Amino acid sequence: MFISMNWIQDYVDLSGFDIEGLIKRFTLATAEVEDIIVKGSDTNGVIVAQIASIEDHPNSKKLHLLKIDTGNGLVDCVCGAPNVRVGMKVAFATDGGSVCGNKIVTATVGGYTSQGMCCSEAELGISADKAGLMEITDDIPLGTDFKKAYAVDDIIFEVDNKSLTNRPDLWGHYGIAREFAALTGRELKPVPQYDAAKIANLPAVDVEIIDKELAYCYTSVIAENITRKVSPVNMRIRLFYCGLRAINLLADLTNYVMLDLGQPTHAFDYAKVKKIEVKRFETPFEFETLDGVTRKIDENTLMICSNGEPVAVAGIMGGLASEIEDDTTSVLLESANFDGVSVRKSSTRLGLRTDASMRYEKMLDPELTIVAAGRYLDLLTTIDPGTKIISRVTDVRVKGFPEVKLEFNKAFVDRYTGIEISDERIVDTLVALGFKVEYEAGNFKVEVPSWRRTKDVTIKADIIEEITRVYGYDNFEITTTASPLRTVRSTTSRKDTIAIKNLLADKYGWHEVHSYIWCDARKFADIGVEIENNVKLVNSLSTDLTVLRNSMVPTLLTMAVENKQYDEKFGIFEIARVVDGVDANNVCVERKKLGIVLFDRVSGEEDAFFTVKNALDSIADITKNVAFKYERTEPAHAWQHPINLAEISLGDKKLGYFGVVHPSVKKNIDKKAAVIFAEIDMDILASIGKKDMEFDEPSKFPSIRYDLSLLADKKVLFGEFAKIIESENCENLADYTFIGSYTDDTMGDSKSVTIRFNFSSRERTLSGEEVQKAVDALIARFAAEGYSLKA
Amino acid sequence: MLTKIEALRAQLNELLEKAESSAELDKAKVEFLGKKGAITELMTSLKELKDPMEKKNAGQQINLLKKEVEERLAARADELVKLEEQRQIEAGPRYDFTVPAKSGQGSLHPITIVQNELEEIFASMGFTIEDYDEIVDEYHNFEALNIPGHHPARDMQDTYYLSNGQLLKTHTSAAQNAIMRKYGAPLRAIFPGRCFRNEATDACHENTFFQMEGIMIDEDISISNLIYFMKTMLSEVFERDINVRLRPGFFPFVEPGFELDISCLICGGEGCPTCKNSGWLELCPCGMIHPNVLTAGGIDPEKYTGFAFGLGLTRLAMMKNGIKDIRVLNSGNLKALSQFTSR
Repeated sequence: MFISMNWIQDYVDLSGFDIEGLIKRFTLATAEVEDIIVKGSDTNGVIVAQIASIEDHPNSKKLHLLKIDTGNGLVDCVCGAPNVRVGMKVAFATDGGSVCGNKIVTATVGGYTSQGMCCSEAELGISADKAGLMEITDDIPLGTDFKKAYAVDDIIFEVDNKSLTNRPDLWGHYGIAREFAALTGRELKPVPQYDAAKIANLPAVDVEIIDKELAYCYTSVIAENITRKVSPVNMRIRLFYCGLRAINLLADLTNYVMLDLGQPTHAFDYAKVKKIEVKRFETPFEFETLDGVTRKIDENTLMICSNGEPVAVAGIMGGLASEIEDDTTSVLLESANFDGVSVRKSSTRLGLRTDASMRYEKMLDPELTIVAAGRYLDLLTTIDPGTKIISRVTDVRVKGFPEVKLEFNKAFVDRYTGIEISDERIVDTLVALGFKVEYEAGNFKVEVPSWRRTKDVTIKADIIEEITRVYGYDNFEITTTASPLRTVRSTTSRKDTIAIKNLLADKYGWHEVHSYIWCDARKFADIGVEIENNVKLVNSLSTDLTVLRNSMVPTLLTMAVENKQYDEKFGIFEIARVVDGVDANNVCVERKKLGIVLFDRVSGEEDAFFTVKNALDSIADITKNVAFKYERTEPAHAWQHPINLAEISLGDKKLGYFGVVHPSVKKNIDKKAAVIFAEIDMDILASIGKKDMEFDEPSKFPSIRYDLSLLADKKVLFGEFAKIIESENCENLADYTFIGSYTDDTMGDSKSVTIRFNFSSRERTLSGEEVQKAVDALIARFAAEGYSLKA
Repeated sequence: MLTKIEALRAQLNELLEKAESSAELDKAKVEFLGKKGAITELMTSLKELKDPMEKKNAGQQINLLKKEVEERLAARADELVKLEEQRQIEAGPRYDFTVPAKSGQGSLHPITIVQNELEEIFASMGFTIEDYDEIVDEYHNFEALNIPGHHPARDMQDTYYLSNGQLLKTHTSAAQNAIMRKYGAPLRAIFPGRCFRNEATDACHENTFFQMEGIMIDEDISISNLIYFMKTMLSEVFERDINVRLRPGFFPFVEPGFELDISCLICGGEGCPTCKNSGWLELCPCGMIHPNVLTAGGIDPEKYTGFAFGLGLTRLAMMKNGIKDIRVLNSGNLKALSQFTSR
């Protein structure tokens, strides 16, 4: 929204202040100013002059040779404007002057000397009209400086509309002027009003609010015998500077009042609209609005009607049929207040956001409708004294906002601010902003003005903002809190998360990625992963992105494909959310999971598989100081390998799984690469405590190493042997490890598994015989379980 | 006898000069000092001398020679070892340390890096770090935050609604209520998290992004404290003295609410294109927690006050790393993300 400082100064005298400095203060105290535009400073040497004579240019159909009477002699001017006329008063830019930054010098135009330029309004920067020269009224003497004749000089600033969302009172100049008055301590002048007493005995306008839910009030008045069509120049300049286009007097006045007070008004041609009903229609219909567009109106949209016929979309836009036209001489003025939420929703449905609807959305003060009507009449009768008002100002009111009275004391203010703001200053600030204040010995009783109570100021804390923003946050002394510092411990979940991320990046050289919580149908299809049924987004912008993911892995697989260009071998991981359907209460089962995908075209699949297992072992080590248990499990998803898939668990808690990607998916990712995945439920992991460190003093005595190679079926897992060894409870066996397994064509379905045993004692050096005895016992046990020694 | 000794010394000199290996030295040692060596022989022949003076003198000379031989052989042996080492070094491999090697270092996501950094700062100031769900209900995302049903923020176009009636949280503030209820007052907590807005993505807009919300609640927490705290914390975040200023800003869950600007990081407040010549950058919304929000969180607003602030983690990560296109962050593109190796 654009604000004119000339306009502001109609209401508050700011003489002596640095205006741009004040505007910057407005940013800090009220709302964000996006831009400051100085108008008129680059226009100089333009005077009011008269066309004394006109000759056709011999070589041009468009150009004319003019003699211009500057009031101080005649000068030549070559002019291409179509509306030149002898005796016409024009804005003439003299030699050496400038118009909107364009220098004017005597030049030769089409072979003739031109000592200046006759200007259009567009050239002068005061409107968009470039059809012809600006015509100046006769009453202005020749030679008058154009900028003295009209209010060309101004400072305009643009306020960010978003920062006014909660300030319905700031959508017109008067409200902004009130802010400047409060910031400067200057007096705010009253809004000029037509004396309503003069017309109090005239008949009322026929107005009925049928829909009492969506309207607050409807104020109206009728005037006729209006002959003036064009608005005064200064009014048109203000409208233009504030971003609106001048149309005709009656329409311009509605815009002017809106920019003045923030209250939208609408002028109906009284010849077409004699009475008013405010209501919704039961069935949808089509309606042509002022902008010439035919719109579908539904049963939720509030309409203004006349004798049952719709004439305007309430609070949004008038109808084309009842608009003010060139021959209009009488007007029925609407100054009304409608439900803000309803206007916003209707405006969204219609795809039509107007200056009026933008204001109604903010919940305007219903009291303002009468002031706006009074202001309209004041302007109309001043500009067109022949106007005859034929009704009284009719105010139909069906509801309003409750009065808001707040009580608080100085201690309340002190507690919120943390600084000392004097009682007197508090009272002065609130009074300047229009609050009624009763003050007695540190206690304040405040009545919120009607223009602030529609939603903005309703509780005590709202008052704090009024006091502090005018005081200025820049003036605050800043202090630390008296609140004592308490130690806080990091949660297990956070410790695990940080440790795991660092481990995977630092030890394994993998990369953390971020992905989306929903499945990407197109990318999933590319790798042959079917999206499994899950909770969906109901309003996604894309039909490809609707189903929430139930696992981290497929998303990471799609990312692996996209990174094939990056390297031959890489690991990616992410800790993020998945959704495992809904629970019995229809609430999403949200899980935080670690997902890992290793893509490897360099090493074999087995190497890649064990790299991931190694990483998982490291995770168990660093987060829980224990080892995970891995057991072969049946696939839960089609993209998992039917055999090389293990469940990861700790105690009785199932943490997740890891394994090889199913060949049917893998072939779409890369024919040559090994693709290994893992997924761990971080919430379950966090629920498991870390095992205390149990330091194991190393034995001072030497240990004896013994390797055994056993024959077994290929399908037998090392875990089988581990179970047997553990159950033997071998006295001096310090540890045992898997060395390797071997098979060749001669061995059929068998393989040889080599296990290394370390024997040692804390008390003494073991003898060869003792160890051999223990080994023999193990061999016998293995034999009993069906595993013979390899010959 | 003395002549013999001098002859032996000359012989030693010659030998030592020629000896190029420890084997030759060993051989020389045997020749001089062995059981049948020249010096041993000299010693044996000593008894042939009759004159006691001469015998004594010759004995001393032989011992001197013996000592000299031992010392010089040992010295030469050391020399040869060093020479040999030197030869081996010269002949050994020469590594080209200018050849670029792959460190194999992995990377953390830039958001994680910034988040960890911020969490460390907040933890040092006594803040609890909380994690909160991404899927919430309307109550936690809106009502509990004093955002009524008719508020524009609740229109369908901004929020991702789910088929079960829940929604993807649109701001980290959605955690405020649960955290207040969990801990009560006094309370200092931050809750970083991923948020979602239903909008089209471009270089500046993402539907999935990270915020970090912070709240501090106690008796008598004031606006003055808020400014102090934000200035201290942001100076730490940007590792330089940061000036802050507050402007009124409207957010339903705070009152008064502010937009916080920081002195421009590029020009330091002088005015430059980045700050549109204002000297200030809009950084984060903040404010005094609305009494209705405290009440909804089970905290008595007559007894406690507090402030809240919301930092855009995504924006911070972009600012700190010079990332121009927000879409990089969720792209999974390792050409971009693998660069973030340093912490």
